[in-house]
This record gives sequence, structure tokens and C-alpha cells, in this order.
Amino acid sequence: MLIRAREVEKRYGPVRALRAVSFEVAERGCLLVTGPNGSGKTTLLRLVCGLAAPTRGMLEVGVDRSQLGFVGHEPLVYRDLTALENLDLYGRLYRVPERRERIGMLLERFGLWDVRNQRVSAYSRGMTQRLAICRSLLHDPRLLILDEPYTALDDEGAAVLDRELDALARERTLVVATHDVGRIGPLAETRLALA
Amino acid sequence: MSGYAADVAALARKDLRLELRARDTLPAMLLFVLATLVVFHFALPARAGDDPAYGLLWVALVFTALLGLGRAWVPEREDGALDGLVLAPCDRSAIWLGKTLATLAFLVAAEVVALPAFALFFAPLRGSALAGVALADIGICAVGSLVAAMAVSSRTRELILPLLFLPLAIPLIVGGVGSSVSQHGSKYLLFLVLYDGVFTILSWASFEYVVTE
Repeated sequence: MLIRAREVEKRYGPVRALRAVSFEVAERGCLLVTGPNGSGKTTLLRLVCGLAAPTRGMLEVGVDRSQLGFVGHEPLVYRDLTALENLDLYGRLYRVPERRERIGMLLERFGLWDVRNQRVSAYSRGMTQRLAICRSLLHDPRLLILDEPYTALDDEGAAVLDRELDALARERTLVVATHDVGRIGPLAETRLALA
Repeated sequence: MSGYAADVAALARKDLRLELRARDTLPAMLLFVLATLVVFHFALPARAGDDPAYGLLWVALVFTALLGLGRAWVPEREDGALDGLVLAPCDRSAIWLGKTLATLAFLVAAEVVALPAFALFFAPLRGSALAGVALADIGICAVGSLVAAMAVSSRTRELILPLLFLPLAIPLIVGGVGSSVSQHGSKYLLFLVLYDGVFTILSWASFEYVVTE
């Protein structure tokens, strides 16, 4: 198992952000996390990433930071840098081999090549989301954690992401939180419905 | 270049590039320090002598640094970029060191204008005073980058940053003013070296706990 969670719970002071949950995700498995707003989907994904620590319970994730890709509610990029500069920064920090080629390939695939030298502040929300997905895939992570990845994507962007996830699901481990169950559902072997 | 140094260089270069684009930190620091020196020039009686002027120089420098530190982590707060850096496999202290070096560059740039202005308005700067400024800059940026990272995630960051930073900066002001006006300036310079050494190591080692739970 790549991820094991036993009675994992998260509280911020008196507020319970995530009720105790238990689940396992196998290597090359896909976990679909669903639930209404405020049920703790984002909190759970941040716990799996290591951006937050559980208040109670046991959580084991069998990859280190270099093998983990994350798309969150926020794009995790710099608005005053261009797409190319953002990906170059992360490519350096992740020691991505053949960085320039990899960045070029991702920008091309997600339809951002022509705007690669524009600042992110000039991007639409959908373009920024595409860039966030490029950033998460840059280092070819073993575990990909996606929080509402289809947010703001147009039909073309969503179709590109569908193809990407379809290919990744065969060789990588995915944890996806979404309301768009129809898109991820066919890929998911395990479902976790938060209440 | 080693991996750690390459990470620090990439992060510091990113901050310098952001400032070149946005130009919202350095111009503010320059205007503030010059305006403050002009105000002090007219506020200080002509017969007050050089020593009070040195004291006022340090007040101007510390508050100019505070202005820069208040902006230091703003790009990381926007769009969750700090989470992106925290998730990256680099040593997290490299994030702090990159920010410290970039903040130091902005402070030195402000001083390149402020110190000649001080010499013009008040008194020429002695070598020990210049050494004091250089050493205090290191301590200000090392400690300031750490406490600014603590403050940035808070709703009341504008209040918290000075409350955390100014008490920690008091020894730097003591050392800086001492190196500027005392006959035994070298003792104060040694004190600043000691402060820089201890607090730089503490900030370097504790940054990881500031940005993670």
C-alpha cells in the first residue's frame, strides 16, 4: 500500500475540519474523494501531502516530497512571473532532468506554449489552472494529489486533463477530490465519501 | 554549484526578478529612508552634535528594513506559492536563506542611497559605523525573514511583524549605535558578529518549523 490512513482526524482548535477516516490506496491505485462542501476533502488532501499534520490517527504515505505532485485550490505559482519562469523555478527545485524539454512539452500539451512568456497575472482562471496542473506534473510524480482539478477548465482543457489522467492512472497513484464524479469515477478503484 | 546553493540562488533570483517586475518594495524603502532623514534633519537642533544623528540613522535604517520585511513574503502568500515551495524537495532552510539574501540586497540598495544622504545632511560616516551597518544588515535580514514568515500567515501580520521583530532588533541597534559613536567601536562590532552568528544559525535551523505543522 502506498497510503495507509487509520482514524485520521484533523481539528483546528475546537473546529473539526475532518472527521476520523480510514482508507488505503495501493501503488498505481486511484482514490476518489467525494463529499459536500466543508466535509474535509481539501483538509484530507493537505494531510496526505504533508502540508498539515493530523490531530489524531495514523497516516503513512510511502513517497517523499520529490515524488509527490499536488494541485490545490490555489495554483501555487507566482503571479508576476511568466509560466516559463514559474516552471523553470520548480524544475530547478525538483532537479528535473532535461528541464527545458519537459517544460516545453507540458506547456505545449496544455495549450500554454503561445503564452509562455506572459505573466500569470494576465492569465484567465482556466489558464492558471492549466499551469498549476503543468507544475504538478513537471517532475513526473509517483503520487499525484488533485483537489478539484477541473475547476475553471474549459472543455478543451478538461479533455486534455482527462487524457492525461487516463494515461497516468495506469502507472501512477492518484488521489482526486472532485464533485465531477463522472470524469474520475471510471478510473477510481476506491471511493471515499466524506460526510 | 552544490544542490543547496543552487536552490538558494534560484529562490533569491526569483525574488529579485519579482521586485524588478512589481517594483513595490525597493522604491518604498528608498522614499521612506530619504523622507525620514529629511525629517530628522529639520527636527534635530543644529547644535545637537553628531551622536544623536547617528542614533536617528539607526532608527531610520531599522524601520526601512521593517518596511521591506513586511513585503518580503507577500508573493508567497498570494496564490499559495509558499505551499508550492514547502512541497518542493529542497531543504526548507534554502527558502529562508533565499529570502534573506534577497531582502539583504534590497536593504543594501536602500542604504547605498541613505548613507550618502546621511553624510550630506548630518555627519560623515566613520569606517566603524559602516562596518556596523553591514553587520547589522545581516542580523536584521536573517531574523527579520524568519519572523516575517511567522507573521505572513496571520490576519494581523502588519501588527505582529513589528511586535516580533523590534524586540529582537534592539541588540542590533545597541551594537550599531555603539559602533558608530563609541571610542571602543570594535567591541560593538564583535557583539554584532556574535549576534549575527547565533541568530543566523537559530533562524536557519528553525525555519522548517515555522512553515510546517
